[in-house]
Amino acid sequence: MYRAKFSDHLILILGSLFLCMPVVVAFMTSTHTAADIHSNGLSLAWGDNFIATYEKVLTQKGGFTGDITGARMVMNSLILGIGFAVGKIVLSMMAAYAIVYFRFPMATLSFWVIFTTLLLPLEVRIMPSYQVMSDLGLLNTYTGLIVPLLASATGTFYFRQFFKSVPEELLEAARIDGAGPFKFFIDILVPISRTMIAAIFIIMFVYGWNQYLWPMMMTTDESFFTLMRGIKSILQVWVGSNIPDYNEAFALAVLAMLPPVAIVVIFQSWFIKGLTESDK
Amino acid sequence: MAYTTLQPQAGGFLSRLGFGNKARKKPAAAEEMKRVQFTSPVLPYLFLFPQLAVIIIFFYWPSVQALSSSFYIEDPFGFGSTFVGLSNYTDVIFSSEYQSIALFTAVFTLLVTFLSLSIGLLLAVKADRIIRGASTYKTLLIAIYAIAAPVSGLIGMMIFDQHVGPFVKMMSFFGWHMQVGLNYYDTAFAMTVVAVWKQIPYNFIFFLSGLQNVPVSVREAAMIDCRSGLRRFWTVILPLLAPTAFFLLTINVTYALFDTFGIIDVMVKDKPANNPVTLVYKVYADGFRGNDIGGSSAQSVILMIVVFVLTIFQFRFIERRVHYN
Repeated sequence: MYRAKFSDHLILILGSLFLCMPVVVAFMTSTHTAADIHSNGLSLAWGDNFIATYEKVLTQKGGFTGDITGARMVMNSLILGIGFAVGKIVLSMMAAYAIVYFRFPMATLSFWVIFTTLLLPLEVRIMPSYQVMSDLGLLNTYTGLIVPLLASATGTFYFRQFFKSVPEELLEAARIDGAGPFKFFIDILVPISRTMIAAIFIIMFVYGWNQYLWPMMMTTDESFFTLMRGIKSILQVWVGSNIPDYNEAFALAVLAMLPPVAIVVIFQSWFIKGLTESDK
Repeated sequence: MAYTTLQPQAGGFLSRLGFGNKARKKPAAAEEMKRVQFTSPVLPYLFLFPQLAVIIIFFYWPSVQALSSSFYIEDPFGFGSTFVGLSNYTDVIFSSEYQSIALFTAVFTLLVTFLSLSIGLLLAVKADRIIRGASTYKTLLIAIYAIAAPVSGLIGMMIFDQHVGPFVKMMSFFGWHMQVGLNYYDTAFAMTVVAVWKQIPYNFIFFLSGLQNVPVSVREAAMIDCRSGLRRFWTVILPLLAPTAFFLLTINVTYALFDTFGIIDVMVKDKPANNPVTLVYKVYADGFRGNDIGGSSAQSVILMIVVFVLTIFQFRFIERRVHYN
């Protein structure tokens, strides 16, 4: 059997240090005061301003209109993350069910109509998407924030792959017992997809929470700002200020990465399974 | 043909249930099909409707609009638009600014893809060898993966900050006075580092799971046949990893082209004038800030073509993978 050499560990440790250090630095620095950071640089030691900084970031009203707090941005990010994940699971499970379990004339066409969306990421059609949203009057709404992001086939494909691996005998048995399409879907297929649903929920929540470009374009009203959008506006305030609020920016960054990191670490086995086994 | 075994077995049990006559399908279609299916005139459309509605309104409509408005010049005050044929495209392609941005995007994409793939592979190979502690590294790296692009851009900006950035301080000892945000090449360097940093964990996870799928028997056989660890890696392990690597290649190229937008937007801080930006940033800047809808749409269409070519590349690889298996 191969025995791990010292150099193997060394490379791994160096690699992980390179990768994790910036995050540790960001967190530690957020516990210092802005003036302290300005004079002493970033820090690896624990400062004594943790509660003050985070309290200020979460509760102080900021922005141009002065009515957006960090807590509000956390809530908006949660709405986006959860709304996106739930919407994605519901839409794509239903669509995948139709494609895998029904025989109907338009099956192949519908399949390709959905499949084509994988070709073009939102970023390349961002301007016309924005125009469509403004024509529909959906700017600065949660609907406008969430629904257009659902227009992609990733979830449908995860579920299609999964449904195809479900043993045929299950449907045969269900039919013999007299189960119709609805009953089979709700009483059999949804329960056996539990793990898959959880894995997709995690992946999609992280994806939704981490959205940047779309919320940035869709929301000009600050009460709809997500944390990612807040990072952008804290940077805009910086231009021209003498001592930038490094600590607040870092605290916002920590808040913005905490939920996805926590979820992914806690449920990492599901997450990795969902990522690597469905193969997109 | 790998998929012939998946073909439905028509006859017998199935024909007794009344499915036999329809179960005989072309192989390609058969792969999509279950042997036993429901038939209903309305239900499948009911199930498909929400997904299709969202896709048609928010995917096809804007895509068609991008295509059509790329042939028009929009009046800045909103009084109609004029058909200009391909001139938006020629304006874009022959502008020296666009060409230099395209060049930067190409170099940036190559660097980010190459570096994050090779570092990810290196770490995965090392983590695959050690038995104790591999899961700790996995946890650490997957945590980095979950961080959003703009957040990593913000952290990167701090690390490379003029006044407080530790990396800048460190480099000034060696006589390199970095000016991220002012100097083109320094900004490009910082962007590349941050973009690579963010993408290594993804590649690591996939390579590690690919390595762990290599059967023990193959490894043991390779051990007997070939003493040199490096040669064993090149001749046995790497070919087995090829499908994973090809898959990751397209994912990484897409990442560098599109998903780095957050990093770039945060790091150039709304001052793209002297800073390197990618093509996607240019689409956004021209359309959203410069209000040049026609030019921006033409750029969108050019990017669509790039993505299209990439996707075809990926399909060819998937086809090849079927043969491997």
